[in-house]
Amino acid sequence: MGYQAQLRIWRGDAGRGDLADYKVEVNEGEVVLDVLHRLQATQAGDLAIRWNCKAGKCGSCSMEINGRPRLACMTRMSTFGENETLTITPMRTFPVIRDLVTDVSFNYAKAREIPSFTPDPATKPGEFRMQQVDVNRSQEFRKCIECFLCQNTCHVIRDHTENEGAFAGPRFLMRIAELEMHPADTADRREIAQDDFGLGLCNITKCCTEVCPEHIKITDNALIPMKERVAGRKYDPLVWLGSKIGRRQVKDTPKVPGKK
Amino acid sequence: MTDIERHSYDVVVIGAGGSGLRAAIEARLRGKKTAIISKSLFGKAHTVMAEGGAAAAMGNANSRDNSQVHFRDTMRGGKFLNNWRMAELHANEAPDRVWELEAWGAVFDRTKDGKISQRNFGGHEYPRLAHVGDRTGLEMIRTLQQKVVALQQEDAVSHGDPEAMIKVFAETTITRLVKDGDRIAGAFGYVRDSGSFILFEAPAVVLATGGIGKTYKVTSNSWEYTGDGHALALLAGAKLLNMEFVQLHPTGMVWPPSVKGLLVTESVRGDGGVLRNSEGKRFMFNYVPDVFRAQYAETEEEADGWYADPENNRRPPELLPRDEVARSINSEVKAGRGSEHDGVFLDIASRLPAEEILRRLPSMCVQFKELADVDITKEPMEVGPTCHYVMGGVEVDPDTAAAAVPGLFAAGEVSGGMHGSNRLGGNSLSDLLVFGRRAGIGAADYLDGLTARPAIAQADLEAAAAEASAPLERPGGENPYTVHAELQDIMTNLVGLIRVETEMKQALAELEKLRERVLTVGAAGGRGYNPGWHLALDLRNMLIVAECVALAALERQESRGGHARDDFPQMSPEWRKVNLICTLDGDRVHLSRQPMKPMRPDLLARFDRDELKKYLTPDELPAPVTPEEKH
Ligand SMILES: Cc1cc2nc3c(=O)[nH]c(=O)nc-3n(C[C@H](O)[C@H](O)[C@H](O)COP(=O)(O)OP(=O)(O)OC[C@H]3O[C@@H](n4cnc5c(N)ncnc54)[C@H](O)[C@@H]3O)c2cc1C
Ligand code: SF4
Ligand code: SF4
Ligand code: FES
Repeated sequence: MGYQAQLRIWRGDAGRGDLADYKVEVNEGEVVLDVLHRLQATQAGDLAIRWNCKAGKCGSCSMEINGRPRLACMTRMSTFGENETLTITPMRTFPVIRDLVTDVSFNYAKAREIPSFTPDPATKPGEFRMQQVDVNRSQEFRKCIECFLCQNTCHVIRDHTENEGAFAGPRFLMRIAELEMHPADTADRREIAQDDFGLGLCNITKCCTEVCPEHIKITDNALIPMKERVAGRKYDPLVWLGSKIGRRQVKDTPKVPGKK
Repeated sequence: MTDIERHSYDVVVIGAGGSGLRAAIEARLRGKKTAIISKSLFGKAHTVMAEGGAAAAMGNANSRDNSQVHFRDTMRGGKFLNNWRMAELHANEAPDRVWELEAWGAVFDRTKDGKISQRNFGGHEYPRLAHVGDRTGLEMIRTLQQKVVALQQEDAVSHGDPEAMIKVFAETTITRLVKDGDRIAGAFGYVRDSGSFILFEAPAVVLATGGIGKTYKVTSNSWEYTGDGHALALLAGAKLLNMEFVQLHPTGMVWPPSVKGLLVTESVRGDGGVLRNSEGKRFMFNYVPDVFRAQYAETEEEADGWYADPENNRRPPELLPRDEVARSINSEVKAGRGSEHDGVFLDIASRLPAEEILRRLPSMCVQFKELADVDITKEPMEVGPTCHYVMGGVEVDPDTAAAAVPGLFAAGEVSGGMHGSNRLGGNSLSDLLVFGRRAGIGAADYLDGLTARPAIAQADLEAAAAEASAPLERPGGENPYTVHAELQDIMTNLVGLIRVETEMKQALAELEKLRERVLTVGAAGGRGYNPGWHLALDLRNMLIVAECVALAALERQESRGGHARDDFPQMSPEWRKVNLICTLDGDRVHLSRQPMKPMRPDLLARFDRDELKKYLTPDELPAPVTPEEKH
């Protein structure tokens, strides 16, 4: 095999930038990240890319390839035609730092607002007993590699920066769902899911689920059930308390404050 | 004079992997103002890649397991070259560290009675690895990340600022440790996105920078593994221990070339996968070494019986320690019984139903499907050795993780001693937790004993800034990517799995030539997020580390664990008593021998005298037990 691929790569920084054309060699079995690395090593030593594991495990190499949000290390070159020009751009929702690297600090800020895992203080380390069936759901959500592709894709913030304050995005609404479904957690985050993290803004389009490289069913398994729980709580909190009754804190857990 | 952003902390932890985060959490829990520094984003450190699990003798899967058995397995795996005190602390404390993670929100796979499930791994006598499918490292890093966040949330309430007591400086690289006289005074580096310089003034620094895999071409490691911590420690006057021991994991992907080296988790074998050569034979039965003969099955029937009935069957030889399996694969390929792409076959498809494979090894299924077009539930995988882990590292005090330089601590892969000449799978993740915590305590205690904060000399900062800026001032200089590729070739071809004197001498000569070129590499482009510049700076570290590995490997005239010599194929009890120490003398690596401290008698007593005979010299052996004493 081996051919010359045509790439158009966005080069620039926070101020300005443009697409630049390159021709790079491609060998059998390679992924987009391999080709970007070859470009770095031979023609553009300062091309900024974020990557780490090159195995789809760390969620660093998120970018948009022909307009589709993807991990560069898990996108095979063979999915494109040899004559096709690949257009590679940074994630659009987040501010560009340089070239293909974006400022994803929004996500870390949201993560810090969600009340953390709150086990019953009476349960000591080593004493937790949980059945596999009861942790399956939380485990599915914990497969998340924080690539932020879902955050990048969700239209609630992609085209509306003004929503960033009121909306945590699918990744973090799912984090709330994960904690709510954790059999040993005692906090109640339903009210803040709705009021502070913008669960209501999600209109279940499933675009987040479609781009998730971990194939997590974000919408079906996290967002919709959370919506049901929030709705259920409005008229019958006991329905949701279910098996956890007596262990749940009576009060709603408030959102965590930031810097004063 | 260059602009340098300054910060003042009690403890600075360099590294946000398992060991760094655990150290930082501990320092903060002990009231110290702590900074965590990481080359990559928060939550992306190399630990995220760990697959199989964390070894801890909780005894959930087999109640006979305990810390004494774990200690024994660890010493055997390391061929008795381990720092025995570290191996002891590790085995004793690992269960508490894993349980603590669960209390912080980790969701491990469960046993039927609701406890943490444990899986089999090479060299571990009982199922011992706490795990989450094949993504245990992700669970560990996310849990620790979320614990840091939980602490920040507490600080937001009590201090009005989440970052008052513990703060993460992501995408920031340390290039020099700074000292005041003989003590640590801080760390200097650059911020990736702006390229500006940053100084952390701190009396205590914990190195938690991971390994050195990027000095090799075929490796399971990520770009972060350029041996920074090893080099920073040497440059600051600390000592590296036994750098010749580099673990080649037996099962890396071999095809297609772009994924060559990518890890295939040992869980595949732990869960029943077997190795076959091109003739379809389970060749590992032919490679059980004498020291392990008693513990491993001799027939396929016995080996297969072990999974269900470990009391009455011995273990399959596929689960020998990694060094043994890697060399066996190499021999099969050399003998012409390899696969098309010079590997061997790892077969799980014929051993477990497809649903079970999908459930237990989900990331492996995806990795092979998406990167190699192989459906592992239907076909065998092609695998071969890949550079995976460095056993050598900063010499530390086992109890406090303190290095030779006052104020400097090291934990995790960057530290040395714990794993001897070969690490058992699963023993790293638990090592990170045990010694990460101990480093945090060590640093906090050190601070409590200090009367005055160290000061930093302006001249040292100027020198560090000049060194870091240099490649940018040579935009037409040599391409750092080219030099890096050559360095990797030298190490892979000449100081790889099987070593021989002539090749190692050649490696040292070629590294000597590279040394000049590293000084001339340049980076085109600006300061902001410029990977060419970053690599140019990493080269200094990789070169130092490569020299240490080659020098120590040339010196040690025996084969043991991750160091196999064609010209000295035997393991030698005399050499077991020797630790090889690297220090820096000007810009030259200096190698010396240091005697190994004899093992404490009560620990020696945990082994059979006959077994000890295989490792120790006659004068080290405990006195034979007389028949009367026995009864
Ligand atoms: C594919 C794979 C699978 C593995 N599976 C297992 C397993 O199942 N079980 C097991 O026990 N072990 C496993 N290991 C080994 C284990 O994952 C590592 O040894 C361990 O994670 C190392 O952790 P650490 O805390 O020492 O460092 P890391 O997690 O590697 O973190 C190093 C940190 O240091 C930072 N850093 C480095 N240099 C600098 C610098 N100059 N300035 C600032 N920051 C710096 C990095 O950015 C990073 O944050 C596996 C390894 C690999 C590669
Ligand atoms: S399902 Fe909801 S969260 Fe997901 S992309 Fe659509 S609106 Fe956004
Ligand atoms: S949920 Fe999926 S898409 Fe979203 S950040 Fe996690 S892994 Fe990425
Ligand atoms: S580099 Fe880690 S997910 Fe792509």
